[in-house]
Amino acid sequence: MNHLRSVNRKAARVERATEPDVVALQRTGLPLLPHFPIGCSLVFSPGWEADRTGGTAGLCQPVERDLFDCHIGCYWPAQVPDQLNHAPDWTSKCAAAQKDWRKIDLVFP
Amino acid sequence: MTQWSAREHHRFEAAGKPFVYLVPSAAIFELDEAADAVLRTLSEHPRTRDELVDSHPSGGGEVDAALAELARVQAIGEIDRPAAPTPKVIPLAPFPLTTMVLNVTNQCNLSCEYCYEYGEDKIVDTENGKQPKFMSEQTARESVDFMLKESGDNKVAHVTFFGGETLLNFPVLQKTIAYARQRGEELGKQVDFSLTTNGTLLKPDIIEFLAENHVGVTISIDGPKEVQDKFRVFHNGTGSYDVVAPKIKELLQRHRSRPIGARVTLTSGKMDVKRIYQHLTEEIGFWEVGFAPVTTAPNRGHAISDSGYDEMLGQFRDLAYEFLEASVQNRHHGFSNVKETLEELHKGVSKAFPCGAGLGLLGVATDGDVALCHRFAGSDSHQLGTVRDGIDRDAQRLFLESHHIANKTDCSRCWARPLCSGGCYHEAHTRYGETIHPNLHYCDWIRGWTDVCLKIYGELAVRNPAFLSQFDDESMKEPVS
Repeated sequence: MNHLRSVNRKAARVERATEPDVVALQRTGLPLLPHFPIGCSLVFSPGWEADRTGGTAGLCQPVERDLFDCHIGCYWPAQVPDQLNHAPDWTSKCAAAQKDWRKIDLVFP
Repeated sequence: MTQWSAREHHRFEAAGKPFVYLVPSAAIFELDEAADAVLRTLSEHPRTRDELVDSHPSGGGEVDAALAELARVQAIGEIDRPAAPTPKVIPLAPFPLTTMVLNVTNQCNLSCEYCYEYGEDKIVDTENGKQPKFMSEQTARESVDFMLKESGDNKVAHVTFFGGETLLNFPVLQKTIAYARQRGEELGKQVDFSLTTNGTLLKPDIIEFLAENHVGVTISIDGPKEVQDKFRVFHNGTGSYDVVAPKIKELLQRHRSRPIGARVTLTSGKMDVKRIYQHLTEEIGFWEVGFAPVTTAPNRGHAISDSGYDEMLGQFRDLAYEFLEASVQNRHHGFSNVKETLEELHKGVSKAFPCGAGLGLLGVATDGDVALCHRFAGSDSHQLGTVRDGIDRDAQRLFLESHHIANKTDCSRCWARPLCSGGCYHEAHTRYGETIHPNLHYCDWIRGWTDVCLKIYGELAVRNPAFLSQFDDESMKEPVS
């Protein structure tokens, strides 16, 4: 803050507690409350994030998990094969996505 | 267009700079020129952002930034979005007991006219009542066991011996300390001891014992001879100054393991705070002196009147500024009232209850009845259990529910409520006949004194911020009076 200076310990706590959220979620104008977009990004399942270098190696779930998240829990049929009708065995060799993701192959209609 | 208004706050100036104390968060911020101008303008009446820009020469960018920061800390808000009410949170039971005040006797060898225990405003009949005059060794042991059990996970437990005149029951005090030490060691807890005494019964072997056992000592004394002897008299009416002064000097000489403080009761007739302070520190040698206005019904001769509170505030202010100058130069100053308030301001204390009574502090009467605090010890209507049966959780919850600051509508618009929270239960009981009543007779004094302490705090924050870091130590505890 540039116009106010925390003097006692409570003021420092108030300042910390009201730190503006990440810029991407910031609503412009007043009051400065975080703006939450609607849609998939409300689901904070691990694997959505990239680390600060843009890499995914150190995340708690592999980025490949995203595929399953969208495939099963979401409405993204265009990106995955139609398992009901066309490719029922698409994931049959993939027991654990983290380990077996390489076994999921491309499917051509 | 959105109108902005100032929320609850108290603006003050110190070291030539503007500050704001926010309510109820108790946060203190220093303001720059733009933020100060915006806050002051909005304190007059609500305005839109454009109106603010028009009236401030610094321009739109500055005003927007100041508005955003003031809104962020809730010093201001949009007028159609009032501040959310502070939630009423009752502490979860079992709340760990920090301090147990043990009334080892309800008898006294002095008969100070203003005394809340024996004077006209007394709550408990100490002469013909059901309470024994002295606490037995057995009850004291049971109290120690109670204390250690109720202290929960706390590593340190504080026991304060109180009276009557505490030293009238010195044998039990001695044995209690030995027992508490032994039990504390067995349970892996440290027990800290202190006592309050009028000093008349101090003698070399007692002083030796107190020094060896690191017992914190507070002496009730009112000042120089002419002041002390006005109210603090023996049963035959003789003043006590000549008896206590040499004994206290002997105590101060020998007992060096803990700082020894004086506790002064201020009455209508003796208001020379500076002279009393000077006598007790420079001439007697006390490390610290704390002052408290007498607790009494308003119609008593020694009761402090409205103008008396104004006079007291003026004298407190003078002594507080003496404290400030000493503290800026890192010299010790023993005016403990200002130090206690500074500590609370530094931490940003915002109280739901005026003190720890009934929560982290309990008083124990001579028969082992547990009460809100030592001032209510032995009173059936303020009982919260016994040391044998433990704390009466239902009574405790009922008390906390009804005495929460949220219930004190008189306080709901006062900027000093984070620190005061309605004031002492015992004072309220004496004045208004009920513990739940806010102490409206000293509101102006509380606000005046809080304002003085805020200014001292602001001065120190600018001129010697290192001084304030001593209050980051969590081990300091409030004295019992």
